[in-house]
Parts: sequence; structure tokens; C-alpha cells
Amino acid sequence: MALYSETVMDHFQHPRNVGKMEDADGIGEVGNAVCGDIMRMYIKVKDDIITDVKFITFGCGSAIASSSMATEMIKGKPIAEALELSNKAVAQALDGLPAHKLHCSVLAEEAVRAAVKDYYDKHNIAYDPAIFGCDVACAHEHDHDQAPAEE
Amino acid sequence: MYVYADNAATTALSPRALEAMMPYFTETYGNASSLHSPGQRAAEALQTAREAVAKAIHADFKEIYFTGGGSEADNQAILSGAAIGARKGKKHIISTAFEHHAVLHTLQKLEKEGYEVTLLPVHENGVVTAEDVAAAIRPDTALVTIMFVNNEIGTVQPIAEIAAVCREKGVLIHTDAVQAVGHIPVDVKALGVDMLSMAAHKFHGPKGVGALYARRGVPLVNVIEGGQQERGKRGGTENIPGIVGMAAAITEATEHLEKDMAYVTGLREKLITGLEKIPHSRLNGDREKRNPGTVNFCFEGIEGEGLLLWLDQKGVAASSGSACTSGSLDPSHVLLALGLPHEVAHGSLRLSVDVWNTEEEIDHILRAVPEVVDYLRDMSPVWDELERGEMPHLI
Repeated sequence: MALYSETVMDHFQHPRNVGKMEDADGIGEVGNAVCGDIMRMYIKVKDDIITDVKFITFGCGSAIASSSMATEMIKGKPIAEALELSNKAVAQALDGLPAHKLHCSVLAEEAVRAAVKDYYDKHNIAYDPAIFGCDVACAHEHDHDQAPAEE
Repeated sequence: MYVYADNAATTALSPRALEAMMPYFTETYGNASSLHSPGQRAAEALQTAREAVAKAIHADFKEIYFTGGGSEADNQAILSGAAIGARKGKKHIISTAFEHHAVLHTLQKLEKEGYEVTLLPVHENGVVTAEDVAAAIRPDTALVTIMFVNNEIGTVQPIAEIAAVCREKGVLIHTDAVQAVGHIPVDVKALGVDMLSMAAHKFHGPKGVGALYARRGVPLVNVIEGGQQERGKRGGTENIPGIVGMAAAITEATEHLEKDMAYVTGLREKLITGLEKIPHSRLNGDREKRNPGTVNFCFEGIEGEGLLLWLDQKGVAASSGSACTSGSLDPSHVLLALGLPHEVAHGSLRLSVDVWNTEEEIDHILRAVPEVVDYLRDMSPVWDELERGEMPHLI
């Protein structure tokens, strides 16, 4: 069996909404280079609807595919709906991720939330901090169980 | 065009080795321990193969013990060295921080059993020095185990000098030569090592077979208990087809070694010269002290797994030391041992070419890599920050 599903490979090879956005209303960046993946998500908002979204990602195939899928899942949606996007939904939409790559979908969820939070902050929109649960800057969980492959 | 440039991971079986092996699957299938004639023919093939492998590394045939591969040979060598030392009350072992896990994990096991292990630094160029070894040797040092050629970056260690230091101090020396045999000259007498590991599939032999050289007078302990095979040091019916294939492959690989080395070194230099043109790239490991076919680069601002997947799409099989390809949080322990920061080590690429590769294939690699690096940098927030000067370039 291949490491990745066909959907993951499709989004990796043909990432949707990839690129930077000059006039974004909100920008969220999560992850860190030391751990090996960073996602930056840009959103454009009008009347509480995410009218456009872009991303750039430093990371493995599943990190790129997760970012790409997450942008498709929130584009054109109300902010409230985007905030409900779960890592599980992203992973499911990708037809699954290998166990040690699930953190990539967590990162995608966090990137969306970080972008929305940035939008709220920049536009002085009041919100209940509790809706962002854990601080989006908190380190995401990596899977340490997998033994390194060797030759 | 699809280019296989991952020969340090494994190699294709050579047609000559395959041809040599075939009769031992279907015709001469006897058990080498059997007294009947099919068994005795297998025993003869085993002896011929043992002599061929011994000859290739300038050993005596009685010093060759066939194993199930390089990892098993490493395990047996280290456990043997440890046991020999323990009998004299010596329980200290010296190795390096960038050994293969077959060595590192065996050493970790011994640490739990009360041995003390010193892992020497490998310096920025990925080469340990004989002086480092001499300084680390203590009165209770039982064994020094240092790889001949590093599997990820290809640096060649000064094993002859290290062995001379060990001999002078009366310490056993083992070298994991899995990446060396069949690629550079390996002469156990000239090197002066007590034990040496090798694996057939790294030099166009079959997988699942290797050998441990143990100098006469070095008593091995068993990793596998069983019958009297391999002079009682490795139980289990011998893998005759595999062993015959290994012998054919090692003979073939050492026949024109000098000529092949010159050719492969030429391919490697072409690769290095081409890849160095990519901005913010870095060759890992000493430029000169490296085996003919291994090239390891870091490209700042990108992550290795994406690079590998794209290269595969573009027709290049390579490998990387990124965390994502190792399946753990940390990037390669080898690259970290060189002192590379995590964020740089994540963007590593290993290309390992050999005598089966062509100039045209190198050209193909040199077209594909810069294309993929550019593409991934374009979509990398790390590269964006580097380019906008928000973060300093590290390489």
C-alpha cells in the first residue's frame, strides 16, 4: 500500500489555493521550522464570509495536502463554520492520513483558527477568547511512537 | 527517464549474481550439513563462496562468518567485543554519534546492562579523528566501533589510523563497512581491524545476507543459537543462494574497483558541482574524504519529504534525512551530529549513485532538483521569511 491516499497525492501535486495574498484580512501562521512544518493561511472576509483563502506551507506531503484541503473546505463559508473545521474532518476529506502524519491535519485546523483570530484582532471585532480554546501558538502534538525507518 | 539514485539504501541485483544463485534454488537445494551428494554440493558452494568473500577483503576464509545481513553482523561484532571485554573487567565502549542504528541501538542495549558508552563527536566535516579515539580510550575500554563510510553523508573515516591506535592500546576495533565494501578498497590486513561487517545488497548482491569478518583469535558470541553452522557461531541452515550471490557480487564489484571508483567519482563531482549552484544549499560532509557515490545536500527553506515525493514524480529516486521521512520528530541523527540546526537538517537530500548510473542520468537529476527546490521554496513560509530578511539565512 502506498504511504498516501490518492486524494493526498492529488492535493500534494495540485495544491488548491496555494500562494501568498497581498491584501489579506487575516493571516495565521502555525507550527515551527524546528519541528519541520509551518503553515501560513491568508483569508479575505466579507460580511462574515470567507470569500478567498490562500496558503503557503513548509512541510511534508501531508502538510501540503492538509493545507490545500483545509482551504477548499472553508472557502466561501461563514466564519462560524470555518471555526468548526476539525482536524478529523480534514483527514477524512483526504481519505485518511498515516498515523504519524495526523498532526499535519491538526496544524491545518490551527492555521484556519489562527487566521480568523488575526482577522478579529486586526478589525477590533470582539470575541470570546474561549472559542479559540487552547492558544493557537501552542506547540502541536507530534507522534513520537514511530520508529525511524532504516536501511 | 527514471533514475535510481538511492544505491546507499539498496542496489539492484547484478545479473551475474542472479545467474550464480539460480541453480541453488531449484537444482542444488541440499542442506549444506547433509551427508548426501546434493548436500555436499551445497557445502562445496558454501566453501567456494566463503573463499571468494575472504579474498575480496584479504582475509582468510576461516575468518568469514555469514549472517542474515549487515545489522546482524554489527550486533554480533559489538556483543562479542563487549563479552570479551567483560571477561577482563572492561566495560567501556567507544563509538561515534552518527553510526547506523544497528550499532547505536546495540550500544544502548549494552548501556542498560551496565556498559559505559562514549560517543565521539564527528566534527562539522563528518570525520572522526584517530586523535579523538586515542584521547577517549581508557584502561577499561573493551571495544571501539566506528563505521568505515557513513551511510547518509558518505564520509570515509580513517579506520587504518584508528585501528593502529587501538592496537597500540590493546583495544578491539570493529568497523561497520556496509557502505564501503564493493565501493572502495577494503583490506582487513592493511586496515588492521579485528572485526568488520558487510551486507551483500549494498554492492548488487541479494538482500538478507551479509558477513562478519572476525580476525582469527577473536572469539565471537552467538546472536542466533542453533546448530554447528558457521563454526558454531551462527545457527540456522545456511542461505546458500544468498551466500553464492553475495560471493558473485563481491567478486564482480572488486574486479575493476579502481576503474569503477574513478567513474563514479566523476559522476559524483558532476552532481556536487551542479547542485552547489542552487543558492543557499550546502554539501554535507567533507568534500574530499567521501566515498565515490554519495552526495548529501541541504536546501534551506524546504522540507525533505516534499522534495523526495516531487523528485519521484520527476523520475528521480532519492532519500532524505528529514523528520517526516524518518517518521519521528527529529531529523536525521547524522545531520544533527554534524551540528546542523534542525530547520536546515529537515531540508536534506541524499543522492547515491554507482557504477550502474550514467552521465545522462546525472543531467536528468540536475534538471529535476533545482526545479523542485524552486517550486517548494515558492510555497514555503520559511523561504518567504528568509527572503524578506525576517530571518537570517543559515546556509
